[in-house]
Amino acid sequence: MARMKFICDAERCIECNGCVTACKNEHEVPWGVNRRRVVTLNDGVPGEKSISVACMHCSDAPCMAVCPVNCFYRTEEGVVLHDKDVCIGCGYCSYACPFGAPQFPSAGTFGVRGKMDKCTFCAGGPEAHGSQAEFEKYGRNRLAEGKLPACAEMCSTKALLAGDGDVVADILRNRVVQRGKGAEVWGWGTAYGTAKGEKS
Amino acid sequence: MISARTLLTASILLAAFAVSACGETPQTASAAGVKVDRPAYQGVGDSPFVSPGWKVGDRASWEAGLKARAQYSQNDYTRMKP
Repeated sequence: MARMKFICDAERCIECNGCVTACKNEHEVPWGVNRRRVVTLNDGVPGEKSISVACMHCSDAPCMAVCPVNCFYRTEEGVVLHDKDVCIGCGYCSYACPFGAPQFPSAGTFGVRGKMDKCTFCAGGPEAHGSQAEFEKYGRNRLAEGKLPACAEMCSTKALLAGDGDVVADILRNRVVQRGKGAEVWGWGTAYGTAKGEKS
Repeated sequence: MISARTLLTASILLAAFAVSACGETPQTASAAGVKVDRPAYQGVGDSPFVSPGWKVGDRASWEAGLKARAQYSQNDYTRMKP
């Protein structure tokens, strides 16, 4: 059975924020809420690395463990979702999550914090698939439309991979084996050619 | 001197206030909690946004569709042979 996962290839991410934009546009995420962000390590220093981060849909999700009202659930596809009708906006999940995935709108039912919002792996929530209620609360349900998350499908360098864990792991493994390491990663061999006997 | 009528009215109001809490709906989280979600392969019904090439309600077909989509849209080594 499919078990949905994200992988971000730090060697390919160019910090274009296309994934962030695709997510915000697809789900009409409100101002101030970022379900996905691009984090850059050693920004400005040669060799800087960027990765796109959102909810990782953990196999053993800490948010699910700490939620006092049990608003989280895991779908058959391994996607961690939550019910906004049950969420009380306490923020415990925000403290528990190692990826900073839970987001809180600054205005809403509970005053300054509101109910939690996070990446749904484009799988909607516990409303009828494709309904207006689901779209307004959780965004579009691309998974039920037979599509993969918009962030990964829009990634221009294919740094962000999403889909069945086995499939994306195979894609990344094959990629790493093909590209080797060092200067080859950046494609210098492709651009300028390689010395005789040297692997491109 | 408080009249009997005033006393009676006050006692009725006090009694009405005392029992008003009995009509409140419970606010504790129910055991049912989260609403049940349908599996993704059940589809979204009639929608122009549905990706073609898979059968709604068929898990194997849905999974195969997603795998093919992942390979085509995310694995550039299948299109660009080194």
